[in-house]
Amino acid sequence: MTEAHAVPAVEAAALAPAGRGLWSDAWRRLRRNRAAIAASVVLALIAVAAIVGPEVAPHAIDAIYWDRVDAPPDFANGHYFGTESNGRDLFARTLFGGRVSLALGIAATLVSLVIGVGWGAIAGFIGGRVDAIMMRTVDILYALPFMFFVILLMVYFGREPLLIFVALGAVSWLDMARIVRGQALSLKRREFIEAARAAGTGTGAIILRHIVPNCLGPVIVFATLTVPQVILLESFLSFLGLGVREPMTSWGVLIADGARRVETAWWQLVFPSAFLAATLFCLNFIGDGLRDALDPKDR
Amino acid sequence: MSAPLLAVEGLRVGFPLSGGLLGRVRTLVAVDDVSFELAAGETLGVVGESGCGKSTLGRAVLRLIPASAGRIAWLGQDLGTLDESAMRARRRDMQVIFQDPLAALDPRMTVGDIVAEPLRAFQPDQPKAERRALVEDTLRLVGLAPEMINRYPHEFSGGQCQRIGIARAMVLRPKLIVCDEPVSALDASIQAQIVNLLRRLQREFGIALLFISHNLSVVRHISHRVMVLYLGRVVELAPTAALFARPRHPYTRALIVAVPVPDPVVERARAHVPLGGEVPSPLRPPSGCAFHTRCAIARPACARDRPALETDGARRVACPHWRDGAG
Repeated sequence: MTEAHAVPAVEAAALAPAGRGLWSDAWRRLRRNRAAIAASVVLALIAVAAIVGPEVAPHAIDAIYWDRVDAPPDFANGHYFGTESNGRDLFARTLFGGRVSLALGIAATLVSLVIGVGWGAIAGFIGGRVDAIMMRTVDILYALPFMFFVILLMVYFGREPLLIFVALGAVSWLDMARIVRGQALSLKRREFIEAARAAGTGTGAIILRHIVPNCLGPVIVFATLTVPQVILLESFLSFLGLGVREPMTSWGVLIADGARRVETAWWQLVFPSAFLAATLFCLNFIGDGLRDALDPKDR
Repeated sequence: MSAPLLAVEGLRVGFPLSGGLLGRVRTLVAVDDVSFELAAGETLGVVGESGCGKSTLGRAVLRLIPASAGRIAWLGQDLGTLDESAMRARRRDMQVIFQDPLAALDPRMTVGDIVAEPLRAFQPDQPKAERRALVEDTLRLVGLAPEMINRYPHEFSGGQCQRIGIARAMVLRPKLIVCDEPVSALDASIQAQIVNLLRRLQREFGIALLFISHNLSVVRHISHRVMVLYLGRVVELAPTAALFARPRHPYTRALIVAVPVPDPVVERARAHVPLGGEVPSPLRPPSGCAFHTRCAIARPACARDRPALETDGARRVACPHWRDGAG
């Protein structure tokens, strides 16, 4: 073994990266991951298109052209993606659907990150009665049928778009809490946690500084999986008439409509699906890249 | 006389074990009726076979696990009466080094953050530059290059990781360090370096060490006094030289005889009386003297009466018959 003091200072300085702390190191490593960077660029383009696209598209999302029902893509008249079965422009609707789907996906994932990680880490680390009560709460929410929950919300509050966020957020953090709790349970037996306690670090600081950073790998992978899950769940709600309302739309709604007409009007399925698939690909690459970047052992 | 740095009286640590769905709850007593004192700047070695409660004792002294009974006094103040926050403040003066050097370091923290952790806990308002300077100082103190502060634990060897662990324990300049088998996971050559580092730090800063190990040679090298545990009880406690020259308790004798001598001629000529059998389960400890099932000089009374710890000068031994076996 080379003992520490035997290492010349110059060599040690060359070995030591300039970065400090988990996040700046992670950012440096992420920049070296070409797939993740490319995926981030593509995802950013999709997001920008979804945000500004509907405003600059040649046609409005709710303009109905009776003479162009189920028209194929045509650059001459500005229907770049063709029209759908009610004669509305599919290009504008696809981009607008991206707004709804991405916003829902991101919002629900943020909820699952904040509540799920916090809930799971506290339950797993503190353990005992606190853990039992917190995890039984998760079990009860889990056992509650999702549709029943959504219908209840609709009955009490009317059909508000905000409620979809609430409903999706309320279910999306449950799995995350369980995953993080499992991680926290195994982490809290590790010696470095005992070392932190012996060093005088309080419970809150241990959870924030040791438990949560060490859970990040599975958390990030699961978060990237939550986004598509939520997008698909929303399309299911919309299909039942409980989701977004016409003339608003989402990728899930467009794909469901397009799938029914794929034999006569392929573009109604292909374009929204392509956007959803591209988004999911990008999220997976970014998730992989983040997981690797956040693991110091994986240089 | 002023109160010793650490005084432990009648310490008992039990772990409740549930006996399945219908079974009754049993208690595993890992440490039973242990008493000792530790003066400032002194090293007390704690030896014994695996499962005799050495590590449990170390953790209980630091209150990392709760004691079932007994008193742990720090400079005369009973730690058992402190609430969680007062105990946390006490931890400033008492630190710990662990057996597995890599497992004791958070894999996602840089060396600098790891060593600075006690500073963040006790001096949260300290300016960054000052904290960094102190961390670099401490790294130098344990023989590491300060340039390593931005690197991660997995980039280091076992010996270096143990030095990082020692730096973390030293950064607050504590009065007591519990060393829980600090060299057992290391190569022999590295063991000597780490032991000598601990001795040097002790001399320089007057730290008291509770040195837990199953390696008698290492304990002999570093300790002023040695405490021998068997099934959670103290069987002998004596100054190092006296203990190794004239061990009294039959268990201590068996342990010392089991240490190989690095000279084949002497080694072959030595009378070997290997210790037979296994350590009995702490769930069902033998009656009377817990050692009587393996003792060479046991007599019927040993299975009946538990021997008291007799004090003879600086020595304490829990065997009324030790004179019989002395060769």
